[in-house]
Amino acid sequence: MSLTESFRVALTGLLTNRLRAILTTLGIIIGVGAVIGLSSLGRGVESFIASEFQALGSNVLFVFSSAPTSGTRTTIQPISTLEGEALGDPTVAPDIAQVAMETVVPGRVVNGGRSVTIVLSGVTPNFAVVRDWPVQTGVFFSDEDLDAAARVIVLGTTTVEKLFGDKAFDPTGLPVRVNDRVFTVIGVMQEQGGGIGALGDQNEVAFVPMTTAQTRLDNARTRDGGYRVDVLHIQTRGEESMDAATLQVESYLSDAHGVTFQGEQDFTIINQRDLLNSLGAVTGILTVFLSLIAGISLLVGGIGIMNIMLVSVTERTREIGLRKAVGARGSDILTQFLIESLVLSLVGGALGVALGWLITLIGGALVPDLDLAITTDAIALATGVSTFIGVFFGLYPASRAARMKPIDALRFE
Amino acid sequence: MVSLFKKKPAYQPPVDETGRKAVIDIRGVTKTYLMGDIEVNALRGVDLQIYQGEFVAIMGPSGSGKSTLMNVLGALDQPTTGEYFLDGVNVSKMTESDLARTRNQKIGFVFQSFNLLKRTPALRQVELPLIYGGAANRTKRAKAALESVGLGSRLDHLPSELSGGQQQRVAIARALVTEPAMILADEPTGNLDSRSGTEVMQIFQSLNRDKGITVVFVTHDPWIARHTNRVVILRDGRVVSDRMVSQPLIAGKDERPSEADEMESVLKDAYYGGKEEEYN
Ligand SMILES: Nc1ncnc2c1ncn2[C@@H]1O[C@H](COP(=O)(O)OP(=O)(O)OP(=O)(O)O)[C@@H](O)[C@H]1O
Ligand SMILES: [Mg+2]
Repeated sequence: MSLTESFRVALTGLLTNRLRAILTTLGIIIGVGAVIGLSSLGRGVESFIASEFQALGSNVLFVFSSAPTSGTRTTIQPISTLEGEALGDPTVAPDIAQVAMETVVPGRVVNGGRSVTIVLSGVTPNFAVVRDWPVQTGVFFSDEDLDAAARVIVLGTTTVEKLFGDKAFDPTGLPVRVNDRVFTVIGVMQEQGGGIGALGDQNEVAFVPMTTAQTRLDNARTRDGGYRVDVLHIQTRGEESMDAATLQVESYLSDAHGVTFQGEQDFTIINQRDLLNSLGAVTGILTVFLSLIAGISLLVGGIGIMNIMLVSVTERTREIGLRKAVGARGSDILTQFLIESLVLSLVGGALGVALGWLITLIGGALVPDLDLAITTDAIALATGVSTFIGVFFGLYPASRAARMKPIDALRFE
Repeated sequence: MVSLFKKKPAYQPPVDETGRKAVIDIRGVTKTYLMGDIEVNALRGVDLQIYQGEFVAIMGPSGSGKSTLMNVLGALDQPTTGEYFLDGVNVSKMTESDLARTRNQKIGFVFQSFNLLKRTPALRQVELPLIYGGAANRTKRAKAALESVGLGSRLDHLPSELSGGQQQRVAIARALVTEPAMILADEPTGNLDSRSGTEVMQIFQSLNRDKGITVVFVTHDPWIARHTNRVVILRDGRVVSDRMVSQPLIAGKDERPSEADEMESVLKDAYYGGKEEEYN
């Protein structure tokens, strides 16, 4: 029998048993679609989170107060402005280029009928430089604003949207009330990608000069006569100075805070690389978890295929017996069944890839910031496994039946 | 050739008194089934020659080995011992692919349970042997075969849309579409009513008479057997009787006596088995 003839017989066989064909294909579609869709989602989330942290800058250290991890010490001495200024001195910390300080205070910003409750960040003017985050309209604070504790405010785009109803609106020069005092909007920060991610909405922010936060909105004095600082944003001289700068910060603050033993530090120093590393563990778990779900889907799909193939064995054994009785050779039977299961697996695989693609599209539409891409190894794995299952369980019972004497196959139950 | 030294005389099929060659020639055929530890001797040494153009009925009680014999004759099963020459060729020595070709080209087999493919239209059923035989003009030939069994108007019907008699006629069309030398049938009328049975006999008779095809079939029905030329009777895996039919019936012409008529001669006039008042 020629190959085209075998194809015709196999396709006729599939068409006469449409339901079985559809169910088998469905198993493959689900398995393949799940593997491709989930692995693309997993990778998208992973690279999204990574990129969000990369935006923090590779030469920036973050220092903030935290509870000691060991020892008898129970009090936390806040970081003060004096300490921040000292760290900016090259003779104290030669690997530090500059230090931006941030003091946060709870705030309520009101514009007419609209208001937003927000964490106000009081920052030094070099914050925009250290974090590489410029304004998109207006200006950021100047040193004069800082010295005068000026009532000026710079908003993030989400805050603009909440206060003025439109993200694109330019509120520069307009007055808003901050904790019942009138402030003037002088600028809007550039919109950050990342939207609502691991770090929260980075555009739902409002910045005021640090001194304004410390003196007008809060009274945050420290024992050494400075003011409380919540976060130091430290720009080092370069990526290679990160470790040295970290040591300098640690030794200076340990001295200043009277820390004598390791683990008694009442502050934490982190950098982007540390964050990425600890995050790698989290996203790694996520990837393993998604792969597990995908693997289970593939398994379930595979078992579905297997079941349908095995359930139809009785019926098909008789069919094989009859075909042999009217003159089919064993090889004709095997070719027919091979083509049948290949067609099912490949059609199912192709539709499964389409389903995975659809999942990716929908995922991308729901979360536009995810950069979702179907990977070829997911396609190869999924279609490979399902084709193997389909062909194996399609062919194995058939090859057994094809070796039987026709009369035994005809009488099979 | 190495075998020259020990060459057996080439097989010559036996010939009957009118000069017809044997299409079926089996010698000392036995068939033993193993059921666990128990051996079932379904055939205990059968010798049988059936000549070109014969019309033979095989009869015998249930379990006597009729189906076993038919399956061997149809090359659907192999005998345990003994030899089977089909049209001059030793079937027991054939390869699997030669066996397939023999079943395809030389034998048309009709089963008691029809064995049609599910959800497949009549025309496709009949085309099946032609596909495996690589024949040309398949649709035309399948159509002609179906017309010859009176199903020209049922080409697209599925088995589920046909009566039992019609399904069996599709199966017969499938058996004769390759124009085989012989048609073998295991109780082809076993599942049919007497009218459909008569139709099948009409088809067999005309295939045998008009086309000279050898027809061998199994039946339990003496009336059906009387349509053939020769009746072979098996018992316990052996041939116990092999005789010619003196006056074969002609299907459709000789009216089968109705069941009431047949019963008439054996039943008494009235029922006397119980108390009379039970019937009033
Ligand atoms: N596949 C099998 N395995 C085991 N024993 C079998 C098998 N087929 C038939 N037999 C046995 O062989 C004997 C002959 O069976 P066979 O089917 O040939 O009888 P039969 O004459 O066709 O009977 P019936 O008229 O009931 O169809 C029986 O005893 C039966 O039980
Ligand atoms: Mg039988």
